[in-house]
Amino acid sequence: MDVLVYLIPVSLVLGGIGLLAFLWTLKHRQYDDPEGDGQRILSKEWDDHPRP
Amino acid sequence: MEAMPASVSACPACVAAPAAEAVAARAKGRAGIVLTLPTAHCAACIADVERVLGRYPGVRSARVNLTRRRVSVDASPDVTADELIACLAGIGYPAHELDPGLLNVTETDRQGRDLLMRLGVAGFAMMNVMLLSVAVWSGAEAATRDLFHWISAMIALPVLAFAGQPFFASAWASLKARRLGMDVPISLALILSAAMSLYETFAHGQHAYFDAAVSLCFFLLAGRYLDFRSRAAARSAAEELAALEVPRAIRLGMDGEAVVPVAELVAGDRVRVMPGARMPVDGVVTEGASELDRSLLTGETLPVWAGAGSVVSAGEVNLTGPLTVRVTAAGQDSSLHRMASLVAVAEGARTRYTSLADRMARAYAPAVHVLALAALCFWLWQTGGDLRLSLNIAAAVLIITCPCALALAVPAVVTSASGRLFRKGLLVKNGTALERLAEVDMVVFDKTGTLTLGAPEPADLRDHSPTDLSLAAALAGASAHPLSRALAEALAVAGVRPARLSDIREVPGQGVEGVCKGGRVRLGRAQWLGAQAGDMTATWLKTDQGPARAFTFTDRLRPGAEALVADIARQGKSVAILSGDSDAPVGAIAAQLGVKDWRAGMHPAEKAAAIATLTEAGHRVLMVGDGLNDTAALAGAHVSISPASALDAARVASDIVLLGQDMQPIAAAMRIALQARRRIKQNFALSIAYNLLAVPVAFAGLATPLIAALAMSASSVTVSLNALRLK
Repeated sequence: MDVLVYLIPVSLVLGGIGLLAFLWTLKHRQYDDPEGDGQRILSKEWDDHPRP
Repeated sequence: MEAMPASVSACPACVAAPAAEAVAARAKGRAGIVLTLPTAHCAACIADVERVLGRYPGVRSARVNLTRRRVSVDASPDVTADELIACLAGIGYPAHELDPGLLNVTETDRQGRDLLMRLGVAGFAMMNVMLLSVAVWSGAEAATRDLFHWISAMIALPVLAFAGQPFFASAWASLKARRLGMDVPISLALILSAAMSLYETFAHGQHAYFDAAVSLCFFLLAGRYLDFRSRAAARSAAEELAALEVPRAIRLGMDGEAVVPVAELVAGDRVRVMPGARMPVDGVVTEGASELDRSLLTGETLPVWAGAGSVVSAGEVNLTGPLTVRVTAAGQDSSLHRMASLVAVAEGARTRYTSLADRMARAYAPAVHVLALAALCFWLWQTGGDLRLSLNIAAAVLIITCPCALALAVPAVVTSASGRLFRKGLLVKNGTALERLAEVDMVVFDKTGTLTLGAPEPADLRDHSPTDLSLAAALAGASAHPLSRALAEALAVAGVRPARLSDIREVPGQGVEGVCKGGRVRLGRAQWLGAQAGDMTATWLKTDQGPARAFTFTDRLRPGAEALVADIARQGKSVAILSGDSDAPVGAIAAQLGVKDWRAGMHPAEKAAAIATLTEAGHRVLMVGDGLNDTAALAGAHVSISPASALDAARVASDIVLLGQDMQPIAAAMRIALQARRRIKQNFALSIAYNLLAVPVAFAGLATPLIAALAMSASSVTVSLNALRLK
């Protein structure tokens, strides 16, 4: 059972990273227009270089 | 909750006041323009709109939000919304302006993101605690189990304290008001289960409910978030549709003309009303001659002549010539205001509707407490005072009965249904509108502007000689009167070349005249040309030869109106038309649509009274209308719909707004509302069934954290999936 000593912190850290990533997306307003963001993938505009 | 903004008021003046402030605020800052795009739906639409707007001179950037069907434009101050709307209309996207000052985006956004953050935190904690709990359920023993419980506690307690705040706050508020809201049992369950689990962890006990407490919190937050989203959508709909047109008037003072807010006018002032403008006040015409369009006030399609001495009411539109009006009543005393107070009366009469969810919660919240208390007492008595065991069982009962699925049952369905309606072009403004729509058994329409487009169309061009047609085309082309414009457009479409005329001039309030080959030709009102005016909307042509000839007009039906009426009849509901217009046009439209029950020439108060009579007779009436004369009826009906072209007051008074021109979505809305109600009831039945199964187990003291987790997740997931089935 010694492996638990590593595994539990690892799982907590991974969960924490997920949570931080979620908070980051929230802060950058990535949930304001889910439908539009989904559709924008299909657009050919700005395929070559990002929007200035 | 903070107080709702003034948009709940149906009084145009109250709606206008904040709009005035917003416009003033906007003038100072950078010009941000927000437009709705009801028809945008795909990647190509986004690209088109952004490209066209981006190229428009003065526009810095444009960004489409497809979820909200909106585009926000950052532009220099000299770019107006009207230019952009015209530009979008050119590529086939109808748009309306929204007032960004009223949108109040930041506050709603902040609340929404706050809930979403709590939801996310609860979700991540739930996954981690669940992971540890699975180890306990699959047989971790002694020290390992204690360790897992301790780690769970370390995650769960701070998370509950953070994520549970919305429930604690609202439970505290309802306790202070001496009520037993749904949040009281929720908070009790969260606190009691966390406390008992902590105690069990200290005492090396077998069962800890940390996972149940956190997932309870997660599911409830999900329901709360969905609920918030539909409420925010409803509120923003009400706000964004509020008056954009700030009522201003041109006052003629000692020192010339001055533009002043309507609120500053007093009786005795003289105001000038330009052609195309709306009467700001009640008054008497002192100078000028024109025709007035009263359709929004009374439903009459026929323009009315006005000259010195005519009495005018606020809300009428001046069509042809400038008028000077002496104010007889402004603000509180004006006919607009009287109409608004009619609306207030009608709204008061509309009994406060309790939604299915509220009725359910009212019965459910006490039952949960009673059950948990009963479990506690029973086990105290049974075991001779074993408080630890009894509290454990009571906590299990609370967790299992906790209205997890119940909290999701309604918001999930309402979100899914309003999303579907939104895609069809209907904005649901009121949270209970869908439920009320499902109960409707009778639909009452207004005519002008609702069943018809409110735009006249020449009816009998073929009956006229080619000479007459070309003369009419020439004369009509010279005037901005709506009838003339409609006639000129129709003739242009028919390929009629306008005759060559000289000395064309418009006679305000009468018509247009010109000279053709030495003879005088006139196009205008019947009285002016010595003809007898009929029932139908008409303009008359007079040349040297023969009597005046009438060009009659009909009002074009709104697209989808026929299909809608047929569809409603198929659904077994009755249809009626109540109009302020005269008998002939209403009868014609009714016959065209196959509606037998119609009444014409109705005043606003009569319309409201008719709706009240129908309601007393046991009907649940859906009122569809757009005019100021409909507002009282809209407010008095069980549920009401108005088109986006309606007057602000009418839109504010109605529950659902139709964004597009087509009426067909109304039938779809009625069907979706019925389905949604069925789903809500199914969801209630599902969650009650789960409770019936799980409560006896918990009451008997056989519930383990595993059973609680299974019952809770299974019921929440089935309820959400059931809501998604809505088509």
